[in-house]
Amino acid sequence: MFRNQYDTDVTTWSPAGRLFQVEYAMEAMKQGSAAIGLRSKTHVVLGCVNKANSELSSHQKKIFKVDDHIGLAIAGLTADGRVLSRYMRNECINYNFTYESPLPVGRLVVQLADKAQVCTQRSWKRPYGVGLLVAGLDESGAHLYYNCPSGNYFEYQAFAIGSRSQAAKTYLERRFENFTDSSRDDLVKDAITAIRETLQGETLKSSICTIAVVGVGEPFHILDQGTVQQIIDTFEIAAEQEGPAAEPDAATGRDTAAEQGTAADQGGSTDEGVAPMDI
Amino acid sequence: MPKQQANWSPYDNNGGSCVAIAGADYCVIAADTRMSTGYNILTRDYSKICKLADKCVMASSGFQADVKALQKHLAARHLIYQHQHNKQMSCPAMAQLLSNTLYYKRFFPYYSFNVLGGLDNEGKGCVFTYDAVGSYEKVGYSSQGSGSTLIMPFLDNQLKSPSPLLLPVQDAVTPLAEAEAVDLVKTVFASASERDIYTGDKLEIVVINADGIRREYMDLRKD
Repeated sequence: MFRNQYDTDVTTWSPAGRLFQVEYAMEAMKQGSAAIGLRSKTHVVLGCVNKANSELSSHQKKIFKVDDHIGLAIAGLTADGRVLSRYMRNECINYNFTYESPLPVGRLVVQLADKAQVCTQRSWKRPYGVGLLVAGLDESGAHLYYNCPSGNYFEYQAFAIGSRSQAAKTYLERRFENFTDSSRDDLVKDAITAIRETLQGETLKSSICTIAVVGVGEPFHILDQGTVQQIIDTFEIAAEQEGPAAEPDAATGRDTAAEQGTAADQGGSTDEGVAPMDI
Repeated sequence: MPKQQANWSPYDNNGGSCVAIAGADYCVIAADTRMSTGYNILTRDYSKICKLADKCVMASSGFQADVKALQKHLAARHLIYQHQHNKQMSCPAMAQLLSNTLYYKRFFPYYSFNVLGGLDNEGKGCVFTYDAVGSYEKVGYSSQGSGSTLIMPFLDNQLKSPSPLLLPVQDAVTPLAEAEAVDLVKTVFASASERDIYTGDKLEIVVINADGIRREYMDLRKD
């Protein structure tokens, strides 16, 4: 999309019935480094690619714990993500204080979506430039939601957002039917593999990705680097043994991504020129 | 017209006693489990002790509804702290937070008499004692509640260090071993139950040391 006379305010409709500022906010989300989520019946795993401004700096925090039973991964303006996670933490604490029970994920996600919608209908505000993958556990089971700057939210079995997320999505689309009954460890392996798809060539090591898990009997927590590296090592060895079988799969993944040629990928390829505030 | 007196009080006293003793590498916090109102017993099995953080435990006597509200408030604040700092609150930090929280309601206080016990950042035992509006002090031992007038003099007799004017200043923590301190607590409550009608039924003892938190119970007089 290109600059036009209807994109100055979020409160201006275009003749085609679009709110360009909201769509630009979604673009900002696509510029951020990838975040993925997948769930089984009892566990949800979140993963993200750690991007650092330079070799000298630390990477930005993209996975946040909201409560023992809820966590999220973000892609886009991390500052917006940080603020939203603070809001979510507050909501969980207040709900727990009043009702002595954990806030159901579905409720939190609706509150978030309503909060995002407000910013699409006020002339003095701007939409949040961040996409959220909310992972949570409640009485009705394990859930993975995706909240976008537009104020919409969707529930997913597995999803990926951010730059080069299409590669991960393709991998997840192929595998998602098995996820419901997956074991926790298999789910984590799938998450790391999905992240590897977004790296497209870069070596996969624990410093470049962050993984978090929440599940039945397992409060939300981020796996430490050592554990992640171990898992990577075990299936790198397995991948080597598979050898030729693995390569055609990876190749088809890349081809599909190239054919799609969506704005997402175009945004992804200009990663090096990304503005400092977005990761 | 003579001044109108209140015909209703927002407060009630549910009785009970609390004690805490700090040791070199442990802390003992204890409270009885009797909850009463007036001359009646509401229950013989109510815990006045609340774990606020990994190394920080609070025992409170007074109006248990206010105590419950205070505990919930502090728990919520602790969760926020953990989110922001990625670690548990230390006992001295919680002590200050408790004081601020109590003073915040200076003009409609929490009717709660607290002792806070735990390990400080170096692993040494610490005890903080409070009044209802947040005035607090780090001490080696303390008691609060209906039996405190009976318990405190006895603890002074057993644990108080000699006057600092005569000898070099000594640390507040007791040189007693953990088992001896627990024994002392049991003795103290057995005595208090004899004469204080609001103290009795069962004694709950919580011990914090480097290994973690351990809980123990002892029966007391039920009359």
